[in-house]
Parts: sequence; structure tokens; C-alpha cells
Amino acid sequence: MRSDEFKLVLPLTALFVAFFVAPLCVLLALSLSVDTDMRALTVSHYVKFFTDSFNYSILWSTIVLGVKATILCLVFGYPIAWICARARPRWQTVLLFLVILPIMTSVVVRTFSWIVILGRQGILNQIVLGLGLTSEPLRLLFTELGVVIVLAQVQMPLMVLPILTVMSKTDPNLADASRALGAGEWRTLWKVTLPLSLPGVIAGCILTYSASVTAFVTQTLIGGARLVYMPLHIYQQAVGANNWPFAAAISVIFMVAVLVIVYLLNLLTRITPSDAEV
Amino acid sequence: MPSPHASVDWESLSLRFAFGALTAVAVVFLVGPSLIVLLTSLTASQSLRFPPDGLSLRWYYALLTADQMQQAAWTSLVVAFWTTAVASILGTAAALAISRSQGAWARVFDLLFMSPLLLPALAFGFAALVFIYQLGLRPSIAFLILGHVVVCVPFVLRTTLAALTQLDPSLIDASASLGAGGAMTFRRVTLPLIGRGVGAGAFLAFMASFDNVPVSLFLADERTEVLPIHLWQQIETNLDVRTAAVSGVIVIVTLVLMLAAERFAGLTRQMR
Repeated sequence: MRSDEFKLVLPLTALFVAFFVAPLCVLLALSLSVDTDMRALTVSHYVKFFTDSFNYSILWSTIVLGVKATILCLVFGYPIAWICARARPRWQTVLLFLVILPIMTSVVVRTFSWIVILGRQGILNQIVLGLGLTSEPLRLLFTELGVVIVLAQVQMPLMVLPILTVMSKTDPNLADASRALGAGEWRTLWKVTLPLSLPGVIAGCILTYSASVTAFVTQTLIGGARLVYMPLHIYQQAVGANNWPFAAAISVIFMVAVLVIVYLLNLLTRITPSDAEV
Repeated sequence: MPSPHASVDWESLSLRFAFGALTAVAVVFLVGPSLIVLLTSLTASQSLRFPPDGLSLRWYYALLTADQMQQAAWTSLVVAFWTTAVASILGTAAALAISRSQGAWARVFDLLFMSPLLLPALAFGFAALVFIYQLGLRPSIAFLILGHVVVCVPFVLRTTLAALTQLDPSLIDASASLGAGGAMTFRRVTLPLIGRGVGAGAFLAFMASFDNVPVSLFLADERTEVLPIHLWQQIETNLDVRTAAVSGVIVIVTLVLMLAAERFAGLTRQMR
């Protein structure tokens, strides 16, 4: 990096070192300390986390929650990107606008509207009961299924946008060639379009996953007080129980867990050949 | 695209139908909740039932006297404004440096500045609070803004870098060879060409800051209570229709801002 380039990047680097890297280092140090004054070293908080099944079941259910929300996003997000990439420019803009709209609307507002929809007397239950599909109102609010549904809506744009980016850069002649050689549409999708768009799919999964596991508002409002995920656990230990060293240890474990999964997903990009073998 | 065969191509139709149906469901799923909250907020009664029992604007009038909510909304706007200003300036400068340099350093900086998007923001919020206390200080609006800048800078960086990769470097060279200095070239050549990218990033940063909960949860206190936290607490404790009215205001303002961002910065094109 030349010196003039270095000068341009310096202010943001200074901010990040002082207010991003340093706090994370202090957090790590605190997680290894006996108390908030950081007098003596200990690994007891980590031992406590991993020897108590309550704690690691929270970690596990958070990871599972992220995986489920990501899969649901992929099932709907991939077709949206596929349709969008083929649409005329005008329709493409309209469709993209509708996809981006929810992520721009405050997450508290989006979650609040789902409470109106999913509640015992919510719209969904009025429809289901009205059609006579069940005799009992469905329990969706304060269930994992409810949290997954809402997370999928909230994070959908994060899945669609990277897939669309890769798809619109792909040469459309490749899919045409596949069809001209006699492969049907489904086979072309499976053998040509999907492998070529895989980097976008992986990028989308990484973004959706890391956003879903840390979605505090959605998890607490839709999940309620009984469904505890890692962000609420950290918040309760830090603010409710005022046990900062333990909250720091949970935070570190949570960050590492998220980064390991992001790293593993990222490895898939490297294994996938950029010029997919057709 | 017309089918190459004269007969009906069932396979092509089935794929289009399946993907079209999934997209249609997804669009309802994406847009429906905002519409429903908007309609619910127009209710004349005390309950959040849908469809509303009669239409009125009474809950919107009730907002005019909701002092705490207004105060929180104002704090949110102030924080989002300063966050956007700082993030745009620092982010654009960093993007210029990263795009010019090809070395390993560029990748290190890119990774560092993008990492707040992947790391759990709540953990960072707590880390920042711990850090401030360890320095012997107390949370303040300045720290709140700095915390927001860290998590909002990736948006500016991403759209600006995307705009810079489309910038023809020979234009910069031409400007330099015609005798323009670095500052002049930036103001007259680079900035007008990447302006839409920076604008889209600034818009995203503003919305992200206005909406932020995980960082504000730890860095905001009673004096600096922001709107999303206030609403979150309202919904957790007593669900009243005023919350729906605020939500209605937010939905409409967001829509207007997005249409403006689309018109002036080509938002959907910048995000692709």
C-alpha cells in the first residue's frame, strides 16, 4: 500500500482498532478473569458453560435455528433470484424493490406485524379456523416454528441479492447451450444454473445464517421468554444477572461458533470450481 | 423466451410454474406484514384485531402527545444522522484506498471492515460497553454513535467499492495528465462517478442505524433511549395500538425514503 492510500484508510482503521478490535480484546480478557476488576486469570466461566447442559443446549438450539431459517430462505430465495434474473429490466426493478422493502423497514415493526398475524386471534388462525382446517387455534407465537417463519421473512433479501449478483454475471449462453444439446429445463437448472450460481448461494447462506442467529428482536418477541437463544442469554447474564465475566465468556463462545460455521461455508466456495464442470 | 419446439414444452412450463408460484408466495410473505400493520393501525377500537373494527386516525393523533416516544424518535434521528455522516466519509476514504491497492493489505482491510456484518452485533455491543467501563468512562451519545458507525460502515464500503470497480481508471489518469491535483480529480471526476454508490451506501447506513437494536441495547441509557429499543420494550410489556400507529408511520416513511433512494441513487441497482 502506498503512503497516500495509507492516509485514506488510516481514519477508519484507527476507529476500528480503538472501538472494535480493542473492545473485543477486552471482552476476551474479561471472559478469562475471576471478576470484573480483572485481577486473576481463570477458565472457570468456560468450564461452567460446557459442563452445564442448560448452557450448551442454548448454543445448540441457536445454531439449529440459524440452519432452519437459512434453509427456508434458500427454498424461497433461489426461485426469486431465478425469476428476477430472467425478468425484463422493469419487472426486475419492481421485484427487487419488493424484496428489499422488508429489510429496510425497522425490524421491530416487522416483528410486531407478525405478532398481529401469528397470535391466537391473529389473521392466520382466523383463516385456518374459518376454513375448518383445525378446531383448535394453532400455536405459532412463542414457538420455534414461528421464530423460523419470521426470521425467513426478515432475512430473505440477504439470500436473494448475492444469488442474483452471481446469476446476472453468468453467461446466459451456457444455459441455452445446455438446452440446445437436449437437456430439459430441470436438468439444466440442476446441472448448469445451480452449480454456476453456487458461490452466490453460499454467500447468501453465510449472510442469512449470521443474521438469523443474532436476531435479538425477532428471537425475543416471537420466541417469548421461554425460548432462550444465545443473544438473550448474553443479555440476561450481562444486564439481568450482572455477571459480566460469564456474559463475556458466552459472547466469545457465540462469536467463535458463528465464525466457525461461516468459515466452513466459505471453504465450500474454494472447493467448488469457479468454472463448474458441466 | 419462445420454446424452440412447436409442441408444448411441459418441462419448461413446470419449472416456470413451480418457481413462479414460490416467488408469488414469497412476495405475499414479504410485503403482507407491512400492509397488515398499516391497516391494523387505522383501527377505531382498543384491540389489535385484523381486520380492524372501523377505521379512524385516533391512534395517530394519540402519537402527538406521546412525549417519550417522540423523544426516542428524535434521539434515533440524531444518532442515525451522525452515524451516516461519519460512516460515509470514513467508508468512502477507505474504499478509495482499498480499490487502488491490489496487495494483500487491501484484502486484510476489507476483511476487517466487513467483519461487523458477520460477527454477532450483540456481542460487539456488550464488548463496547465493557470497554467503556474499563476505561473508567460511562456510555454517552458519542460512544453510541461510534458503535453504530462500526456496524454501519460495511454498507457504505460495499456499495462504494462496487461503484469504484466500474470506474474507468483512464479517466483518473486523463484528469491527472491534464494537470488536476488529487483533490481536484476526486471532486470533479471520481466523486460524480461514484456518487450514486456512496449515496446508496449512506442510505443503507442510515436505515441500519435507525433500526439498530443489538448495539443500542448496551450503549444507550435512559437519556439516550432510541426508538427501536423503546418500541421493543413497549411490545414486550403492554401491546397497545399506539405501537401500531408508530409502526404505520415507520412503514410509510421507509417506503417514501426508498422510492427517493431508488430515484436518486438507483438503490436496487446498487444492491445487486
